[in-house]
Amino acid sequence: MSSPAISLKDLDISYGDTKVVRDVTFDVATGESFALVGESGSGKSTVLKAIAGLAPDWTGEISVLGKPRGHGTDRAFSETCQMVFQDPYASLHPRKTIDTVLSEPLAIHGIGKRSEKVVEMLGAVGLDQRFRFRFPHQLSGGQRQRVAIARALMLEPKVMLLDEPTSALDVSVQAEILNLLKRLRREQGLTYLMVTHNLPVVSFMCDRMAVMNKGRIVEIAPKTALYDGSFADPYTRDLYAASGGNPDADPVVAAASESKDPA
Amino acid sequence: MTGAPLLEIEDLRVSFATPKGPVEVVKGLNLTLGREERLGIVGESGSGKSMTGRSILRLIRSPGKQTAKTLRFDGLDLMGQSNRQMRQIRGARISMIMQDPKFSLNPVMTIGHQIAEALQVHEKLPRRDLQARVIEMLNSVRINEPERVAKMYPHEVSGGMGQRVMIAMMLIPRPQLLIADEPTSALDVSVQAQVLDLIEELVTGNGMGLILISHDLNLVARYCDRILVMNGGEVVEACAAKDLHKASHPYTKGLLAAQPRMQETRDELPVLDRSGGAGT
Repeated sequence: MSSPAISLKDLDISYGDTKVVRDVTFDVATGESFALVGESGSGKSTVLKAIAGLAPDWTGEISVLGKPRGHGTDRAFSETCQMVFQDPYASLHPRKTIDTVLSEPLAIHGIGKRSEKVVEMLGAVGLDQRFRFRFPHQLSGGQRQRVAIARALMLEPKVMLLDEPTSALDVSVQAEILNLLKRLRREQGLTYLMVTHNLPVVSFMCDRMAVMNKGRIVEIAPKTALYDGSFADPYTRDLYAASGGNPDADPVVAAASESKDPA
Repeated sequence: MTGAPLLEIEDLRVSFATPKGPVEVVKGLNLTLGREERLGIVGESGSGKSMTGRSILRLIRSPGKQTAKTLRFDGLDLMGQSNRQMRQIRGARISMIMQDPKFSLNPVMTIGHQIAEALQVHEKLPRRDLQARVIEMLNSVRINEPERVAKMYPHEVSGGMGQRVMIAMMLIPRPQLLIADEPTSALDVSVQAQVLDLIEELVTGNGMGLILISHDLNLVARYCDRILVMNGGEVVEACAAKDLHKASHPYTKGLLAAQPRMQETRDELPVLDRSGGAGT
């Protein structure tokens, strides 16, 4: 493909007088799944916010699907790029039913056949139709995150920004949501830019990752680097070691885990 | 492990009254903890793991009710203690580290004061010794410039430092048993390892028992000797930490398999079958 799905060049982002992200440059190819990894305060979520238009104080270049992004809100932009937030307990309006939440983007963009589209989308994210007229407080965390993903997909965007979509969820629910995200990407040909601090999730979901520390990208590595820890930057190696390294790299353990894999 | 176990629990039940009748969140839990043993309790949200931890300190608030056939700590029957007697035990002999330092530290008290208070409640000490113990404790949880940090307020320190302050506060009366309820889930990965290494070092160095409550199987396996896996208020599996990969219960196996690995080759993660219980 000629133009990358997301292209950032010399991006600096500030909150007030404080510059929190400096010199961020990377491209995400169409159909790729790219991860931003780092500790809290490293600026990874801020990069997503700037792309989504929620952190308007930036300099440099952001372009999505070949079109440069301005600083203000941009209706055409929302049709191509949507964001899913970290905490499904905070990102859904408590007094709006799931149906209202999902129809709202369609109403704003003047798209018809809302009812059919809501029904179809609930099916796509694996939610039963009976949830359609419920309120968020009647849903569990995993169900809410499915609603948040459905809301982001309503406008049929091509690029999804995922801000730690599973860090507020239990392990078994995390597995369901990760499977869902992977399936949606395959079915709809989406491009993902995902923020996470969980390296095994990167290994499952993503093709490449950028590691951020103190507002700068210190390294861009393919996911295969996670297999053997072959990172160039010392900070990345520390992060990798703190995450427990790769226990499967040990040949004895690897053999043991392979033998029980089919279960 | 010599002599009587440090903690013995038999048939522990915790229930809450609801309009539809009482709901049991811990259903007949048994456990024994040896001296200097490190036990991990693992489970998902709502499995009753935190309630188990709290009930050891008899911290279940009304309308919750706890009953147990035996709840014995170091030969002492905890169920038979009055509230006043329990207060003498909490902190001094059994301590608990809570999940999030942001919500567990007093925002209007300096860190030095809070740690000193934890000690003062249980021991009468001259002020100079008190100060010395606080500084020594902050040193042992690897806080640089302890004199300066002791004068700071909780909002002035980072999450990792706040959690170390909590640990200092919990360990300063030298308890025999430390209960750590998700001590690192509010922290970054890189800080997590530091905090857990520190807990491990202090626990083994002082001959304490440790109960580590967490939702992270691998983390618990790294830091404990023995693991209990809880689901729906019951212990579904008990095993030695090193045998975790040989776990036999379907729930434990499901949890292990649902975790992405560093070297992920599976196209899809297996998910737990929830048809029997509550949905996601």
